[in-house]
Amino acid sequence: MKTDELVSLLSTGVDAVAPGAALRRCTMALGLGAIGAALLMADLLEVRHDLASAVLLPMFWVKVAFVASLGAASLLAVLRLSRPGVRLTWVPGALAAPVLAMWLLATGELLNADPAQRVQMFFGETWASCPFLVALLSAPVFAALLWAVRGLAPTRLRLAGAAAGFLSGAVGALVYTLHCPEMQAPFVGVWYLGGMLIPTAIGALLGPRLLRW
Amino acid sequence: MNPNEERLRQLLVRGLAGDAPAYHAFLQDLSAHLRAFLRRRLTRLPDEVEDLVQETLLAVHNQRHTYDAGQPLTAWVQAIAKYKLVDLLRRRATRDVLTDPLDDDFDLASPSDTEAAEARRDLGKLLAQLPDRQRLPIVHMKLEGLSVAEAARLTGMSESAVKVGVHRGLKALAALIRGNA
Repeated sequence: MKTDELVSLLSTGVDAVAPGAALRRCTMALGLGAIGAALLMADLLEVRHDLASAVLLPMFWVKVAFVASLGAASLLAVLRLSRPGVRLTWVPGALAAPVLAMWLLATGELLNADPAQRVQMFFGETWASCPFLVALLSAPVFAALLWAVRGLAPTRLRLAGAAAGFLSGAVGALVYTLHCPEMQAPFVGVWYLGGMLIPTAIGALLGPRLLRW
Repeated sequence: MNPNEERLRQLLVRGLAGDAPAYHAFLQDLSAHLRAFLRRRLTRLPDEVEDLVQETLLAVHNQRHTYDAGQPLTAWVQAIAKYKLVDLLRRRATRDVLTDPLDDDFDLASPSDTEAAEARRDLGKLLAQLPDRQRLPIVHMKLEGLSVAEAARLTGMSESAVKVGVHRGLKALAALIRGNA
């Protein structure tokens, strides 16, 4: 087939394309994935029984704000990486800022704490399960997002996979805050982040294979 | 903005709104730009240029929903062309390990540039490999220029199935190229 023939083939009877496809696909995947994560959480774990009193504590909302801001920044990263020729510009900074803020808060908490308590503040009661539960809860969003990004046009596949993984980790962590009893900044800054980095690494690993187009 | 880029951008924006003649003009013009761009970068593989022009055009078409009207067109097209170029080179690198890579450097027969629009890969043959539910809608709508309703009547498919068939078929064509080339 000559190129002119291909041009005619592609343009004949061409349909209108609705704008905003990237945002639509990603929000749909996020919505479906979040429902999946909530169902998974309801099935496997339970909502912390003191949730009604926990929501009155500032630290609960600091935790929520931490994962939500990481989620928002990584959504931007996913949207940009899904479209050819769009640069990340300040998005890496927006990803780093909440992490630095939480680490700063954690350092302050540790310095002010009784030295005997520091280990407890760092490890909490659930450090061994937290990252894996966050990663587990991220799985539905991870799968849905990979589907969404695959239907767009990422050109940096490893990075796009990692961003999709991180976003799904943030959604998983957001759902996990409803279960998790830990309220110390050092715990959140390390183990929550660690949990989000698990799907990030898997995304970076699978991206080049799964996101090709 | 470069006036030529602005003209092309407007053609694409109209094409995205369903204006077929504008879209045709866009793709036609774009293919010349792509050919020049890829020929400069594939000086050692001149035979691959036209195949890659066609593959990139197909990618531009299949991924056209990722273009945002406020975005510079050059950046979008160039990112797609580069992605397809790197993909081709990677595929060739894998294949050359299996065959004999030394032949390339000793090829003195200079390839012809006169028939720039002739690709080595025959998309028509690849099209024939698609299942009927994708191939027939493409043949009726895209090659014969029939309407959705006419294609639906001829194939006995529903109109939405015809549209989906065209859409999936063109994606499947791109996948065949990725796997075969």
